[in-house]
Amino acid sequence: MKIYLEKTNEYKDVEASTVKELLAKLKINPTTVIVIKNNELVSEDDKVSNKDEIKLLSVISGG
Amino acid sequence: MVCKNCQERPVIKLTNSNIYLCKNCFIKYFEKKVKKTISDYKLIEKNDNIIIATSGGKDSTSLLYLLKKILKGRKDIKIIAIAIDEGIHNYRDKSLEFLKIFCQEHEVELKIFSYKEEFGKSLDEILKTYKGIPCSICGVLRRYLLNKKSKELKATKLATGHNLDDEAQSIVMNYFKNNIKISARLGPITGIKKDEKFIPRIKPLYFLTEKEVTAYAFLKGFMDKFNECPNSPYSYRGQIRDMLNDFEAKYPGTKHSIIMSFLELLPVLKENYRNNLHAINYCVSCSEPCSQKECKTCKYIKTVIKL
Repeated sequence: MKIYLEKTNEYKDVEASTVKELLAKLKINPTTVIVIKNNELVSEDDKVSNKDEIKLLSVISGG
Repeated sequence: MVCKNCQERPVIKLTNSNIYLCKNCFIKYFEKKVKKTISDYKLIEKNDNIIIATSGGKDSTSLLYLLKKILKGRKDIKIIAIAIDEGIHNYRDKSLEFLKIFCQEHEVELKIFSYKEEFGKSLDEILKTYKGIPCSICGVLRRYLLNKKSKELKATKLATGHNLDDEAQSIVMNYFKNNIKISARLGPITGIKKDEKFIPRIKPLYFLTEKEVTAYAFLKGFMDKFNECPNSPYSYRGQIRDMLNDFEAKYPGTKHSIIMSFLELLPVLKENYRNNLHAINYCVSCSEPCSQKECKTCKYIKTVIKL
């Protein structure tokens, strides 16, 4: 499935069945992002499929 | 997995526990935690004139919204938002545009002060000649303006959007750099000695993680894009932040533990530095409070900005 990474403004292709697995495959630390599935915030245990639109938003802002 | 309170679909797992919460329960949890911090640490008192340091980012926007909501009906308390425009192209200009609209919609007075008007150059211009770490000079200039402008606006408190991650980073940074004296000025409300030239800073988001604040800002519909300052990755703080986040992923609760241990030590640190602290100096050039003869801002103005 295609995942949009807001921080770097790019798409990555990953196969995963849960948010946790998806983040692990992308080597992204779960404390540094929130995950948006079909415009809804989801927890790391949420299931994902190829039909879902997934966005990762970085939680880091200031300097 | 379901929400701990109501069996609805969870949107978040709290960072330092195995608790899952749905959208409504998380928003309630978040707001309750802010109110509890304000009450436990007496952050707000009768007749306070509160200046909220805002930037258009998730932390200060959430803070602004919550203080306005919590203090609704308190006629004795005044709140004004101030923002510092450092002059960071494609970053601060965008967030300030958002902030102006947000303040208008929430009926909060907003005052913006810029480096360009106050010091003669924007941060982008300063960085053309200054080759040090951007956050070092930017942090000094920003804190200087926030304190100075808060005094001019007769503030009794300066509220900032610092969250648990920010504070844990500061504690570790000060420890790594042998700056424990500076840590004595941290905590949910700052200050060791009372001085009319220092406005006490309050941090109502103190016990909420950066991830929780981001989730709150998203769920409340404040924003769906969270931009990072382009200078942030070069900072010492940025490296400490990455290190703590790595630890947090491996050992959940690390950042909370740093804060809770620090809060146990803080009264001892304050007491120690209250008795042993040198008298507060006032800068020979601008009369702002500082630890040496001349404040860092005036030194930067002479050695970097006026070049």
